[in-house]
Amino acid sequence: MPQTLFHKVWNAHSVRTLPSGQTQLFVGLHLVHEVTSPQAFDMLRQHGLNVAYPDRTFATVDHIVPTDSRRRPFIDLMAEEMTTALERNCREFGISLWSPDTPEQGIVHVIGPALGLTQPGMTIACGDSHTSTHGAVGAIAFGIGTSQVRDVLASQCLAMEPMKVRRIDVNGRLAAGVYAKDVILTIIRRLGVQGGVGYAYEYGGSTIDRMTIEERMTVCNMSIEGGARAGYVNPDDTTFAFLRGRRFAPQGDAFDRAVSWWRKLASDPGAPYDDRVEIDASTIEPTVTWGINPGQSVSISESIPGSADEEALAFMGFERGRRVQGTRIDVAFIGSCTNGRLSDLEEAARIVRGHHVAPHVKALVVPGSNAVAREAEARGLHEVFRAAGFEWRGAGCSMCLGMNTDRLEGRQVCASSSNRNFKGRQGSPTGRTLLMSPAMVAAAAVAGEVADVRQMLPAPEEVPA
Amino acid sequence: MTGRPSSEAKVSREPSPATDRIVEIRGRGLPLRGNDIDTDRIMPARYLRVVSFEGLEGHLFEDDRKSDPRHPFNDPRFAGATLLVVNRNFGCGSSREHAPQGLARCGIRAIVGESFSEIFQGNAAMLGIPCFVADPSSIGRLQELIERTPDAVLDANVESETIVAGSLQVTATLPAALRDGFVSGQWNPTSLLLARFDEVRAVANHLPYISGF
Repeated sequence: MPQTLFHKVWNAHSVRTLPSGQTQLFVGLHLVHEVTSPQAFDMLRQHGLNVAYPDRTFATVDHIVPTDSRRRPFIDLMAEEMTTALERNCREFGISLWSPDTPEQGIVHVIGPALGLTQPGMTIACGDSHTSTHGAVGAIAFGIGTSQVRDVLASQCLAMEPMKVRRIDVNGRLAAGVYAKDVILTIIRRLGVQGGVGYAYEYGGSTIDRMTIEERMTVCNMSIEGGARAGYVNPDDTTFAFLRGRRFAPQGDAFDRAVSWWRKLASDPGAPYDDRVEIDASTIEPTVTWGINPGQSVSISESIPGSADEEALAFMGFERGRRVQGTRIDVAFIGSCTNGRLSDLEEAARIVRGHHVAPHVKALVVPGSNAVAREAEARGLHEVFRAAGFEWRGAGCSMCLGMNTDRLEGRQVCASSSNRNFKGRQGSPTGRTLLMSPAMVAAAAVAGEVADVRQMLPAPEEVPA
Repeated sequence: MTGRPSSEAKVSREPSPATDRIVEIRGRGLPLRGNDIDTDRIMPARYLRVVSFEGLEGHLFEDDRKSDPRHPFNDPRFAGATLLVVNRNFGCGSSREHAPQGLARCGIRAIVGESFSEIFQGNAAMLGIPCFVADPSSIGRLQELIERTPDAVLDANVESETIVAGSLQVTATLPAALRDGFVSGQWNPTSLLLARFDEVRAVANHLPYISGF
């Protein structure tokens, strides 16, 4: 009987049915960071428990790390304390940790796939809702809370109920200036911020098929913003090419054997889905949020709808019937687990090259990992950004959630390549976030206001080879 | 790669059904109106700069409370409430357990809403807090009743899946597995997950990426 990838992976990892009817699910890869783990390690100590599979557990520091100076001890005492706590916990329980001073450090959802830790057919958990990102290579990956982090540390298992699967087909060509971010913002707008509750989203169709793994990660990353705890793309040749040669990926003959297993995991033709949705990619335009959740968005050429929520309008200072285009911005942020990868920085650099950030705008680029920073620097992107007036920072979550010192102030408006425009999300209780693609953020930084990136794309002959 | 289930020998005990069963939650209510209230609003990220959950209750809805003096969590009439009554998609966004931890530490023992984010509902369950789902009109009636008579005592029953407040009775359901967990006392699964570790190892060793393809 034909099956979806979700069901094949779920079944392969099912240990037993618990008395409650939930499944005891084995977790193939557990990723840990400093914010949601210290209490879990304390609970282990409290109950005299150990880590069951330390070699399937990997940790890094991302949320609180300063992006200006990495010098230890950090000036931010709490950042220092949280980093030290993770270092101590990982040492005590025998877990690999990438500290801020290591070449591997970065946002957990950026480094997992980049190191080849994330592989098709795995179950992956992390105390972080954007764990859905890892579904881009065909894993079933989802966020958990700290008590569940404790359970995974202690048993490498979770008590869970299977999700339903919604197939989302995106077909057709994306126009120039329209990116993966616009695709997922459009999906969330269409299906709602709660539409995915109870579902894993399986993304497919010709548009997704043509996407790179980094683009697929952007799409899967924001599944949770649509309420879906997991999102994935079936593994294909693009996936295998991405994984080949990565540090933790299988090597040599084992890689070929892995590919033949991974191929079989893809959803079978005729697999049953609980729901199906189809989206025409040619209708998608550069998209920007106007409200206080990621479903409250419009195309750049569109006006804020008459049905717009009053609370959101009041907080954002917007009115129905006006466009977001032309909104003056104070800050431009390029980074995050959604859009902090090399291709995101390259695309943004294409827009800013030869231009300068508007005088009233504070603009920063925060690479998703030290590796992304190195690769970008090898291509000279840091020089492009600096010449344009951007700050070029160290890797971390930074202004996506303002847990370090990178925060909005007062009612500042931020054009942001991150994932959440919640009230207060970027560190100021009254700060306002406009979500958009990195290229759109770059365009807004240069224009000083929300702009249509399609009018700022370099002519084809200017595109570097 | 092989597991080292050294936890096995150290499991203290199965949860005792006598002490850990959660069937009935009685207390006064707190009506919190609004859809899509995310966990950043429940517990702003700057208060995640901690290594323990202690004291989080002091920062619950901090920004919302500052910007709105009439916020229900500022209202002395609702102080000491046990049951929180919310609307649609409560707890969406970040998976931070700090949000339900703050609520638990503030005395909230059950939440009733039109719907919840999956991660939030699961995190709350791990703390012994059932998140009941009721239809919008029932939620509206409960919220009105509490606003009118803040001293009214509500009685939420996990087993019968009802909320009773005076003459008002509404149906409020839980996912079957969570309901059974609360009723049997096995809502904290750690010991269950460790109970038959040989089976965990067997499944793990069968996975191609663990056996080396």
